[in-house]
Amino acid sequence: MPELLVIWGPLLLAAAHIVVFTAWTVWISFTASTLMPANEFVGLRNYSSVLATRNWKIAFDNLFVFGGGFVAFTMLTGLLLAILIDQRIRGENVLRSIFLYPMAVSFVVTGVVWSWLLNPGMGIQKLVNDFGWAGFRFDWIVDREMAIWTIVLAGVWQAAGFAMALLLAGLRSVEPDLIKAAQIDGAGPVRMYTRVILPTLWPIMVAVLVILLQMAITTFDLVRALTGGGPGIATQLPALVVYDFMFQRGQIGRGAAAAVLMFLILLGVLVPHALFKYARKRRAADA
Amino acid sequence: MSALSLKGITKAFGSMPVLKGIDMEIENGEFTVLVGPSGCGKSTLLNIIAGLEPATGGTVEIGGRIVNDVAPKDRNIAMVFQTYALYPSMTVRQNITFGLECRNVPKREREAAVTRVAALLQIESLLDRKPSQLSGGQRQRVAMGRALVRDPLLFLFDEPLSNLDAKLRVEMRMEIKQLHQRIRSTNVYVTHDQIEAMTMATRIAVMHQGEVQQFADPDTVYNRPANLFVARFMGAPPMNTLPARIETAAGGVRAVVGRGETAVALPLPAAFAAQAGREVVLGLRPECIAEEDRRFGHGGERVTLELPVEMTEPTGAETIVLARLGGERALARVSPDVRLRSGDRGRFVLDMRRACLFDPGTGALIA
Repeated sequence: MPELLVIWGPLLLAAAHIVVFTAWTVWISFTASTLMPANEFVGLRNYSSVLATRNWKIAFDNLFVFGGGFVAFTMLTGLLLAILIDQRIRGENVLRSIFLYPMAVSFVVTGVVWSWLLNPGMGIQKLVNDFGWAGFRFDWIVDREMAIWTIVLAGVWQAAGFAMALLLAGLRSVEPDLIKAAQIDGAGPVRMYTRVILPTLWPIMVAVLVILLQMAITTFDLVRALTGGGPGIATQLPALVVYDFMFQRGQIGRGAAAAVLMFLILLGVLVPHALFKYARKRRAADA
Repeated sequence: MSALSLKGITKAFGSMPVLKGIDMEIENGEFTVLVGPSGCGKSTLLNIIAGLEPATGGTVEIGGRIVNDVAPKDRNIAMVFQTYALYPSMTVRQNITFGLECRNVPKREREAAVTRVAALLQIESLLDRKPSQLSGGQRQRVAMGRALVRDPLLFLFDEPLSNLDAKLRVEMRMEIKQLHQRIRSTNVYVTHDQIEAMTMATRIAVMHQGEVQQFADPDTVYNRPANLFVARFMGAPPMNTLPARIETAAGGVRAVVGRGETAVALPLPAAFAAQAGREVVLGLRPECIAEEDRRFGHGGERVTLELPVEMTEPTGAETIVLARLGGERALARVSPDVRLRSGDRGRFVLDMRRACLFDPGTGALIA
């Protein structure tokens, strides 16, 4: 069976890489490795010191702000775009491509472009000021409290089209008879969406939610290019902390511990989703 | 005042005409079945009546009111779909009351309406379940409950039984008919199944290529089909349609099928004398050709023939025999006691009083 051989080779290689490197990282996180890997076991010491740093605490708090904001606003924007495009409008294909296009752009490019736009001295604020509204302030990117929201903004801009594409596919797969029945029952547009169409869409919404959440948890390049984690360390995220320990400070053991902590957060999303999918399948098989 | 009146309904998708001028008057309490092969426009017509699709031309009147520009919800109609179209996230109770909820009917009245409908359809025990927990037949009942609860002027059915298995289909067919007889609703029912049309309808509209071929009660549609399409579409097995010449001879009028040695002359009722000398298509239902000792109801003259048998199809209750009549293939329905085999010559009796004559050019019924 040649097709089996062809698929198994790369699959095994990829799986081996993932398993081996994950296992290696986990091992390193329990050792006293600094600039170079060392095999001296130190138990949970790396974990306790990582958890004690202000860097990690801020990154962890930011993850909730950014993760929550990014996922919520991306879903809402994506849903709104999908519903608007679903009204059988003209030029649908063009619009769909435009909205989906940011996904084809690297996060680094998004980050750099938004860093220019958000820079008070050369971006949106300057433009509005030059138009004559001299008092206009839009300086979130240099504001410690608000800087994390600039990352949310850029992230939403990039991922909303992706959420839209998936949700639109969901809207389009709603059975036409269901919509006809609701029309005859007299549901207006709001009730049509809230009571009839969106409830049939929630398996897709959960899938989008999980994909967006894991995107949020592993975000690195966007922050790196947009704020570099600043001002100060105000926009740190776990992936940046890992990078910081491993490659800036030469503390591989702590970096690995931070990476493992990140992996555990990711599992906190993926495991419930897998269980949910399994339960759904079981229920579908029972019905 | 008729419950539904269609005047000159046309519909075209681009340059493709789908409906070519449909006129129909449907009285209160009638059970009208729109029947035809796929693509004949029957579902499009139903959607136009419901207001789910706009007509290209013509007017739709429901209860004496022109509703061309009225939204589906304000047309005082209810519809049952082939796919049931139950709202998956709502319970049966919520499914049934959703239309009332949209119309801001108070909760107490809604509850009373559910109780009434659930009793009518015997679905009281299902009210708190979700559609995914119901069988096909139960779902169809709930879909009907959703239609019944609003007590509309017009019920529209879009092939509601097509997704059910054969046994359940027969049961639900009877139930829908009984329900109609009990509540005297005005129904427009779309199906491609001519048995459903024959068994349930008070009037059948046979549609083909965007036109109503015949709009009449089931008896007329079956026994006096308006043209060859209706003759061949209604009835299983379909009506035999044999090219023939009408001649007058000493004994009366005869239809001659075939030429030369195999030609068979079949005596026709005297009323057909006006057609003498014409080339026609002779229409004869398979049950009008039976085994020799069969007595037909009217006791009129009997034509007995010996015909070569090509094939037999025993169905249990009867046997369908494919025979050669004047060189043409003809189907006969004989008693299962008659054991005929391919290649045999069997003796058959023909009931010529129920013969139909069609124009071979236009296909229209002439006599």
